Amino acid sequence: MCSWARTGAAGLAAAVLAAAVLTDGAAAQAQPKPPKPAVSPAARMPQTPQTPQTPQALPGLGRPATAQEIAAWDIDVRPDFKGLPKGQGSVAQGQDLWEAKCAMCHGVFGESNEVFSPLVGGTTAADVASGRVARLNDPAFPGRTTLMKVATVSTLWDYINRAMPWNAPKSLKPDEVYAVTAFLLNLGGVLPDDFVLSDRNIAEAQARLPNRLGMSTQHALWPGQTLGGTAKPDVQAVACMSNCATEPTLASMLPDFARNAHGNLAEQNRLVGPQHGADTSRPAGAPATAPAAPAATAATAAAAAPTALLSKHACSGCHAVDGKLVGPSFREVAVKQGNRPDALAYLAGKIRSGGVGVWGQVPMPPQSLPDDDAKAIARWLTEGARK
Amino acid sequence: MTAAVNPQDADPRPGRLLKAPEHFITPAGVRTVFAEAQAGRRDFIRRAFAGAAGAAGAAGAAALGASSAARAQPSNPVPTEGGDPNILNLPEHSKGLGLPVATDGYGKPSKYESNVQRRQSPGLTQTAQASVSFAPLQSLFGIVTPAGLHFERHHQGWWDVDPSRHRLLLNGSDPSLMKTPKVFTMDEVMRMPSTSRFHFIECGANSGMEWGNVAVPTVQYSHGMLSCSEFTGVPLRLLLDQCGVDYRRARFVLAEGADGSSMTRTIPMEMVENGEVLLAYGQNGEMLRPENGYPLRLVVPGVQGVSWVKYLRRIEVGDQPWASKDEAIHYIDLMPGGLHRQYSSIQECKSVVTTPSGGQVLLDRGFYNVSGLAWSGRGKVVKVDVTVDGGRNWRPARLEQPVMDKCLTRFNIDWVWDGRPAIVQSRATDSTGYVQPAYRQLRAVRGTRSIYHNNAIQSWLVQESGEVRNVQLG
Repeated sequence: MCSWARTGAAGLAAAVLAAAVLTDGAAAQAQPKPPKPAVSPAARMPQTPQTPQTPQALPGLGRPATAQEIAAWDIDVRPDFKGLPKGQGSVAQGQDLWEAKCAMCHGVFGESNEVFSPLVGGTTAADVASGRVARLNDPAFPGRTTLMKVATVSTLWDYINRAMPWNAPKSLKPDEVYAVTAFLLNLGGVLPDDFVLSDRNIAEAQARLPNRLGMSTQHALWPGQTLGGTAKPDVQAVACMSNCATEPTLASMLPDFARNAHGNLAEQNRLVGPQHGADTSRPAGAPATAPAAPAATAATAAAAAPTALLSKHACSGCHAVDGKLVGPSFREVAVKQGNRPDALAYLAGKIRSGGVGVWGQVPMPPQSLPDDDAKAIARWLTEGARK
Repeated sequence: MTAAVNPQDADPRPGRLLKAPEHFITPAGVRTVFAEAQAGRRDFIRRAFAGAAGAAGAAGAAALGASSAARAQPSNPVPTEGGDPNILNLPEHSKGLGLPVATDGYGKPSKYESNVQRRQSPGLTQTAQASVSFAPLQSLFGIVTPAGLHFERHHQGWWDVDPSRHRLLLNGSDPSLMKTPKVFTMDEVMRMPSTSRFHFIECGANSGMEWGNVAVPTVQYSHGMLSCSEFTGVPLRLLLDQCGVDYRRARFVLAEGADGSSMTRTIPMEMVENGEVLLAYGQNGEMLRPENGYPLRLVVPGVQGVSWVKYLRRIEVGDQPWASKDEAIHYIDLMPGGLHRQYSSIQECKSVVTTPSGGQVLLDRGFYNVSGLAWSGRGKVVKVDVTVDGGRNWRPARLEQPVMDKCLTRFNIDWVWDGRPAIVQSRATDSTGYVQPAYRQLRAVRGTRSIYHNNAIQSWLVQESGEVRNVQLG
């Protein structure tokens, strides 16, 4: 046994070795290696352990992009304004565009929070001078507007150009994007009323952005070292196991009035399981009821009699409410026969007698069920066979 | 309306009510929380601890929940008349003919699973196209998220893009950074050597509503911007190699989507070079779902979901970051002192108990399998500890295999509930030695207005009634 196993293992190893040699040889023949980059990534990035990679050629896959294709899609604009197309637009032109295309979501003054977070507000002339928005230090200030946060004017231009208006993105021409950007900055007191924003003077707008000095990359949440961040995480905890100091008070829990604010949690948990959902339609501590049925089942229960009957008399073995099984769906039957003048009697009769030919050549056998049950099912069909 | 607004307390100027996540509960609601805390809930929780620790009598603990009469009926009562009718009376499915094969060409879950849905948090966003739906973590097993329950985050609505007309363009910020800009079809991307890897994806704003105070009732809303899949695709490095990239200067990559928002994010070239960034078309054995970026999305393991650009149409290499809207206006973390952290990307080590969790009711005292999820954007989860006494004593949980890099890890631990109040928490440690912090530790450094990157320990209060509530300790 032992000697067989050793021989087997050795044989297998030899086979694998042979295969490896073969594969290498084939690869070397089929795929000439492209030249390596001048400096290998591993040499430059000693802090990131990397397996050396030899670029793999993929003959026949991909083709060079045309200049027109690149121009059509390469629309990004960087903080140094690389990618910014030539053009210009005035605050006044921007106001007209704003009222026509932007104000319905963002408000006439960019202050609305009806649809999106406000764009304008919370910045001061002092912020424009200092480059830091003072209200970011005020926890009582209700929110953070775009102009309170943004540190790069290129971000506004790029985003308006690529994604605005909300329901017709990429429909603005470059001059219009300049105009809208100028008006937005004017609303925030960054640019004067008579300003004409262009690719030539956009750096002036950048130099007046209220929060232009408000960003930091001094953190450990960017992978790698390219942004000069820290390697050590800012929060250091230890894993105490016994008699640990706890946080002994309740700092926060949902107030009772919010108990049902996310809907009845009984309907957001599985019907079975170690725990069931709490019935939040009732006050906490109210006597519990039977486990809540799923929403769909509850809806079915509204049409309770037919569903129970369909199951009891095995109708559902061949018919679904939607979609053909063996026979037509109940919905199809309801549409085809539910409106005939004698629908109730006809359908109740057909349920009991069965038949063939109306829906194809698969026969429905006669069913022995009480007349009342057949009528109840027929009535449900004449009412449209709702779920 | 916001989630937790009392009609009587509603802001008299409803249009002025800010609905950003940090104000998910209105200021009035926050005041109510603290007022109630001061008016006695502190004692309430003290008794909870005392009760859970067994240091106080049942009298103290009894004040915590409703009377034990409120407890749900046992799910398996002793039969009174000879046997359980579910056994004695054969059901239809034991006596009739079942359904045929291929009744449903792409099968669906049981109709009895209809409660298990991804859901919006009421009032979180004003539109449904720039919004979020949360995965029902409380109902999921193991580590894989069914594609139809994967959380959604769209910035300008989702599309079902024709894959035969989808193109991927690679270019450089200037011609010197990429020798040959190229275009690839989906057919070509899918001909390349593929790889399949399991990774979690978590929105940077997951748990963001809870920075300042409890704002939502269940783990679906507190942690549900989290999913995990097996992704199949091609390392981005492989495509860049076809184009002749100057890796010495091109240290940044821009990923851009084809949808209306044309989402863009800056990705560090280090992550591309080490092969972990994928162009993915497969998810859990099928193609990506349209809501998740069909037919092509970027996979950036360990990094927040916003960088996993969907409907990926373009990759640009450059020598500096782009400061796109979602890295210069949103997805920036406000710190005490008023600076924002920009290009925050990594999702740090975090865990949460999903069963039992908020909004659930324990059926009876006795045995429970406490179960949850742990993950780290920096590597593997090496340890998860669980407490049932609010953090005084912890026990190491069982980590279920497989335990993978930048992937959800399932943990389980046995627990016999004695019917007294308990506070259940989990705490994960990753392969870098980083330990998941408590709220107090996190807030001491980052304050409460960061919105993003909340990885604090989650607390669930099991009341004597069996009902579980989301609480924060302090």
